[in-house]
Amino acid sequence: MDSVVIVRTGTANLASVVGAMGRLGARTIVTSEARLILDADRLVLPGVGTLGAAMEELRQRNLVKALQQRLTDGRPALAICLGLQMLLTGSEESPGVSALGIANGAATRFSNDVRVPHLGWSRISPPPLTDEPEAFAYFAHSYRVTEPPPGWSASWCEHGGRFVAAMWNGATLACQFHPELSGAWGARMLSRWFAGEGMLDLDAAVKGVA
Amino acid sequence: MPVPRVIPCLDVRDGRVVKGVRFENLRDAGDPVEQAALYEQQGADEIVMLDVSATPQGRGASLRTVAAIRKVLSIPLTVGGGVKTIADAAAMLEAGADKIGVNTAAVKNPALLEALAMQFGSQCVVLALDALAYGKGRWRVVVRSGQETVPLDALGWAIEATQRGAGEILLTSVDRDGTHSGYDLELIQAVSSTLGVPVIASGGAASPLHLVEALRAGADAVLAASIFHDGTFSVGQVKQEIAAAGFAVRPIEESAA
Repeated sequence: MDSVVIVRTGTANLASVVGAMGRLGARTIVTSEARLILDADRLVLPGVGTLGAAMEELRQRNLVKALQQRLTDGRPALAICLGLQMLLTGSEESPGVSALGIANGAATRFSNDVRVPHLGWSRISPPPLTDEPEAFAYFAHSYRVTEPPPGWSASWCEHGGRFVAAMWNGATLACQFHPELSGAWGARMLSRWFAGEGMLDLDAAVKGVA
Repeated sequence: MPVPRVIPCLDVRDGRVVKGVRFENLRDAGDPVEQAALYEQQGADEIVMLDVSATPQGRGASLRTVAAIRKVLSIPLTVGGGVKTIADAAAMLEAGADKIGVNTAAVKNPALLEALAMQFGSQCVVLALDALAYGKGRWRVVVRSGQETVPLDALGWAIEATQRGAGEILLTSVDRDGTHSGYDLELIQAVSSTLGVPVIASGGAASPLHLVEALRAGADAVLAASIFHDGTFSVGQVKQEIAAAGFAVRPIEESAA
């Protein structure tokens, strides 16, 4: 299969993800249909905006159960930016809103002694799916996770203290940064993900750092 | 901590890059898609495209330009110019913009900032602040592509705009724009030290030294147009100078293509 299913979450600008996948030669299917999401061999969960608004979209489109099922069935999935936070139980950004609850943790806001939003290119280590010791990735967010949820491995970034740049568990990789906007390195990471490599490399990379 | 960004700016009218002095006397400066791709190859950290079209036909052309740039670009694309409503912003995002810049419409209707932040998140909302000096340490807000000065203090407006949801300031000195005399460092210092959001310095860059000065004054990112369009300096050369001045920069990589 050479296709990637991208979940339409309503507020996400999908053109960047679609463009990046297209440059890798992937056939992209943008959908909010539960059946296509459940059938997807490779799933991308993008997201911008607030967690509350994004979860409301998923609820209105009746996608919460389908995503919970598809994201834990052992097949490759990639969550991007707010997509990472949608995997958690919730976020300080939208109190009282339940996220998908696939990973046990919550996002909190950056402290005010650094620029918020965290916008721009920051060093991450170890970069997921690639064998370089570090890379620069593009971020655009105000909330973050400071510890990986139990059972998840992490790649790290620094902005007023360290936070989770990416985390992975089984075949699900969640990036707080935007690989689709992270230049040549981001394209390499997506290409590895698309080729289905790398979950083992990831764990090896982390052991090297720990 | 993010490293300083170097951002080439494409002023686009009817699908072509143009450049003027103090927003006037626009002249043709090339194809936006080719230029965006070239700048990414040279190590640009982001591209800003300002739509300076004056007609609805021009706006349509700009949406097509955004889509065409998006196809080739694997770094962020910020688009400003003519965004008046949520629907305008949604159309730009749908076409491929990652962030939306607003100036005139936000001044006329500040609630637009809240609405945009609510819908798309603050990280997506850039206040394009065009500032004109009027005496020591004071600046007024200018709207309509440099045409109209409004009785609004630039610093006060920047504070209000970020409280309403703008997540970044694209700060242009109208006095310096196109003059090649360097950024208004006092303006950069005043805004970046007052605000908690990132500040992109714009207006007046003619040499790598000017960009270094803006970063030293507190800018998080530096935007320039003519020094790149005219081929005086490549983005890579500018980043080398910035690194030589002691700032970390994102290394230049082989093209993603």
